[in-house]
Amino acid sequence: MSKKEEFSQETIDYISKLALLELTDAEKKDLSTQLNDIISYFHKLDDLDTSNVPPTRHPLENIKNVYRNDIPTEGLSNEEALQNAPHKKEGFFKAPKILKD
Amino acid sequence: MIIVTSHDNIIIGLEIHVQLTKLKTKLFCSCSSKYRGAEPNTYVCPICIGLPGSLPVLNEKAVEFAMKLAIALGCKINKSMYFFRKNYFYPDLPKGFQITQYNKAGGKAFGDGGKVIIKKKSGKKEILLNRIHIEEDPGRLVHKGSIVSSPYTLVDYNRSGVCLIEIVTEPVINSPEEAREFLNQLKSIIQYCGIADLDLEGSVRVDANISIKGHARSEIKNINSFKEVQRALKWEIRRQKNFIKRNKLLKQETRHWDDSRRVTVGLRSKEFEKDYRYFPEQDLVPIELKKSYIEKIKNYLPEMPNARMKRFQNQYGLSEFDSEILVMDKDIADFYEEAVNSEKDFESKEYKLLCNWLKGDISRWLNLQNKKITDTDLTPIQVVNLVKLIEEGRITGKIAKSVIGDMMLGTPIKKILKQQGKKRIADEEKLSSICKKVIQENSEIIKDYKTNPRALEALIGKCMKETHGQADPKITRKLLLEYIEK
Repeated sequence: MSKKEEFSQETIDYISKLALLELTDAEKKDLSTQLNDIISYFHKLDDLDTSNVPPTRHPLENIKNVYRNDIPTEGLSNEEALQNAPHKKEGFFKAPKILKD
Repeated sequence: MIIVTSHDNIIIGLEIHVQLTKLKTKLFCSCSSKYRGAEPNTYVCPICIGLPGSLPVLNEKAVEFAMKLAIALGCKINKSMYFFRKNYFYPDLPKGFQITQYNKAGGKAFGDGGKVIIKKKSGKKEILLNRIHIEEDPGRLVHKGSIVSSPYTLVDYNRSGVCLIEIVTEPVINSPEEAREFLNQLKSIIQYCGIADLDLEGSVRVDANISIKGHARSEIKNINSFKEVQRALKWEIRRQKNFIKRNKLLKQETRHWDDSRRVTVGLRSKEFEKDYRYFPEQDLVPIELKKSYIEKIKNYLPEMPNARMKRFQNQYGLSEFDSEILVMDKDIADFYEEAVNSEKDFESKEYKLLCNWLKGDISRWLNLQNKKITDTDLTPIQVVNLVKLIEEGRITGKIAKSVIGDMMLGTPIKKILKQQGKKRIADEEKLSSICKKVIQENSEIIKDYKTNPRALEALIGKCMKETHGQADPKITRKLLLEYIEK
């Protein structure tokens, strides 16, 4: 895949939809350039031969099985939980409707 | 309307989400998981409402519980695994992703394969499983009015982060009835594992993939109880068959089970793209399960319903049918065993009697009251006493049936009988006068008796009626015979 194709108009449209972002044409153009630069930078890794290196799934691969006991502790009050919520109602967080009209 | 006659061309696969309700805390935080009935957003903390900077820590007991179920279902447990983020935007998901397990991209489910054996009229069938894995429950959405007309969505995160086990079957279920039977067996196994009480409201959610062979499948979401699954599947099969009959093309779609209207409806979700961009969750370190740990859990695991059923047949001489009914509900089976073992003199006759009372009148009462046997004050000893009183001829079966209701509420049988004045009349003088009276009043039956000795039973019946079932049958019989011969 060539670098130009990686962030085609379609790709930008698709990932902005996944991210729930509405972008102007100018923003899309800007982001396309920026994302291409970032990806090209990562392509430097292709210079290394990693065919014999197992994939790293976690930076702390030697630490395993970090557990917590099943003992309840007090959490937040309703007021604390909602204090940063821009929209709330009767102790609930309030969100937009989830279905299309 | 099309009547579904053959199920051979129906293909069903189920995804069952079960809350591990026997855990005291959530999967990744120490919030109590006993949120039922609580005010919204009062069982929450920075981790389960996804505040920036909060870090999840895995509940060790959740791993143990998942392992119990994996062993019980015969899954192959993956010894090395890690969690993934499943990314999508929905108000019930505070972080914008769900922490779950993934069996692709180098990931592994908790357990692969496994099976549940179900009983069919034509014999037994193995329902093969694809996998089981653990994940966190999303929050709960509350709609004003219906999901469609509600102008906004209210979100309660008390449920957010509660530990779920997802069980995925292969598409090998061929009818709604098979699906129901499978879920009943699964429920029983989960109860035996001691990891969840699936009678708790909202502890179960099922998604069903269903298609008619050769046609597009639909996925039904939002089935919130095992009972509803059979109903939803039946409805959906009828819908699909109607489509095919009218030569309309079925499309692959997600449908929503509306349990108040009892129909499935196609829903168009806002901004829905099925691209979850799974990637390993870096806030949690990998899990590595040692063989010795798995063996240890295996040894702790209680006897499963299938093995117990076979033991009941051998140990108590019960039929396969009886044992199956008894073991299905672990509480009933435990109650039964406590009862039979509390009386040294009991043998197969009493074993069968105890079984009959439990699966008959007692179960009927529990079903009517929608209660579990552990919710009642009935004790095994009381049922043993009931059986003994009947055996000794001190009360009749009829009286026994009439007192079950009071016994379930905790009143000892002997006390009930005393209060109701119902006890065996064994006093010969008292019985003599009753027998004489019955003989005098029933000369026809006496005549009949000369040619038909079985007419005596009718006379005993009359004596019973006179005494409201309290006359001792043996003494009554002896006295009646004496007087008739005279």
